[in-house]
Amino acid sequence: MIEDLVEAEGLVKRFGDFTAVDSIDFTVGRGEAFGFLGPNGAGKSSTMKMIGTVSPATSGTLRVLGMDPASQGRQIRSRLGVVPQDNSLDMELTVEENLMIYGRYFDLSRREVRARIADLLEFAQLTDRRTSKVEPLSGGMKRRLTIARGLINRPELILLDEPTTGLDPQARHVLWDRLYRLKREGATLIITTHYMDEAEQLCDRLVIMDNGRIVGEGSPRELIDRHTSGEVLELRLEEPVGALSGIGDHTEELADRVLVASRDAESALAEVHARGINPAMSLIRRATLEDVFLTLTGRTLVD
Amino acid sequence: MTGRLRVVESHARRYRHTWRSSVFTGFVNPAFLLAAMGLGLGSLVDANNGAGAFSYLAFLAPGLLAATAMQTAAGESSYPVMAGIKWIKSYEAALATPIGIRDLLGGQQIWSMIRVAQVVAAFALVEVLFGALSVRQAALATIPALMTGVAFSPAIAWFTIRLENDSGLAGLFRFGIIPLFLFSGTFFPISQLPEQMQPLAVLTPLWHGVEWARDWALGSPPLWPWQWHATALAAFAVACFWGAHRALVRRMIL
Repeated sequence: MIEDLVEAEGLVKRFGDFTAVDSIDFTVGRGEAFGFLGPNGAGKSSTMKMIGTVSPATSGTLRVLGMDPASQGRQIRSRLGVVPQDNSLDMELTVEENLMIYGRYFDLSRREVRARIADLLEFAQLTDRRTSKVEPLSGGMKRRLTIARGLINRPELILLDEPTTGLDPQARHVLWDRLYRLKREGATLIITTHYMDEAEQLCDRLVIMDNGRIVGEGSPRELIDRHTSGEVLELRLEEPVGALSGIGDHTEELADRVLVASRDAESALAEVHARGINPAMSLIRRATLEDVFLTLTGRTLVD
Repeated sequence: MTGRLRVVESHARRYRHTWRSSVFTGFVNPAFLLAAMGLGLGSLVDANNGAGAFSYLAFLAPGLLAATAMQTAAGESSYPVMAGIKWIKSYEAALATPIGIRDLLGGQQIWSMIRVAQVVAAFALVEVLFGALSVRQAALATIPALMTGVAFSPAIAWFTIRLENDSGLAGLFRFGIIPLFLFSGTFFPISQLPEQMQPLAVLTPLWHGVEWARDWALGSPPLWPWQWHATALAAFAVACFWGAHRALVRRMIL
């Protein structure tokens, strides 16, 4: 049994003159929850489409489940679970019919699909919606149905493209809980997201992408330790940022506030006050992947 | 082949939600057309001996079968294909499974032919009930009508796949399907068309279907032997399927 379910080396995807994925290397191990974190247009979805064998790589090598996507796409797809960014559910059909059609595409018998539908609807907390049409379901329910659909062939590798984009906070938490359960059961997940909290919640290991390149790699903890000072002091100031010089390890000016990276944000704030600066707002927090992204690219993730 | 059949099955599952209304129109439309054109207009034509040895109703009936096959094929291979690519995105969903482009298009085309067969069979039955054709004549005319559907379905799919959005589809029906329906020999022989228009009509697949259907049903002396019509329709179908396949690969595989 192979241990690395996905191996990419020098992977490139070009659309005409535009380079969406610019020579990236990564591996995804069995049982791992692996993330691609980056802003829109960073090349995450293009990478996912190549792994899903629906988009051929321009150059570089890619192995998925030990096979070549260019020649063994069908075999690979029969063992993948794909949750696309927009659900692509058939709104006119019922929850059950959506799952049945999809299950039949994997050449499963109707009886087998029916049995699996019962389990999957329970997992997706949609059991009582089995015969209702998809159209009136809430965004969170549609998303859970799409995930259930992606699990119908009992995939070895599950691709989730922006799993919670567009959902309200409560629906996101329900979804994370479901994905967390998949993880505990030993599933291998590949997740793209532009939410740092999602990456922190779900990913064992992740790469940070920007402009088609990988700019950082590690566990959320490692990335935060390596690329930040550990704590952040957020300030809203009347004074120019120059007034803060010498305080903390590094300052970053954003549109509405200033971030001061520091090992000890409490003392940094004391120093601010000692200089007679009175910020309209001050907040001390742990550094997050958002700060990692800011350090690595000089930009914020969600703008 | 299994993949293609799975795609056919998915279409059938969707059809379950709409079959009642489609069966209703399948019988009512032909009844209206035959009553208005065949009986109403036909009484005028027949008073002048316009259709020669046959009643106008009998002249009209075989060609209408072919024209209806064309319209059904156009309906099945236009908006539903656009929906699969763009609105429902069921094509994208299917392509994440072992289903490939060839399965998607092949399955859609098989389903389109199943629908054409249903509609043509219903139409033929109504024609028999109207006394326009005998059972034998209607059965014979059904085959060229089905071949007309086989020719049009991939052509319309090809056209649709290349469209960015559905505004082009309205144009297709307005400037493509309706003129073909009116001027391809269904309601009057193309010899009645202006001289310079006649070669144009010969180039349209519908004319071949109409002529062939009339030949088999009525045994009227044909302009062309039916084998030529069959070959023309088959060649058109194969070429368009090939084109549609290429277009769908370009559209879906980025």
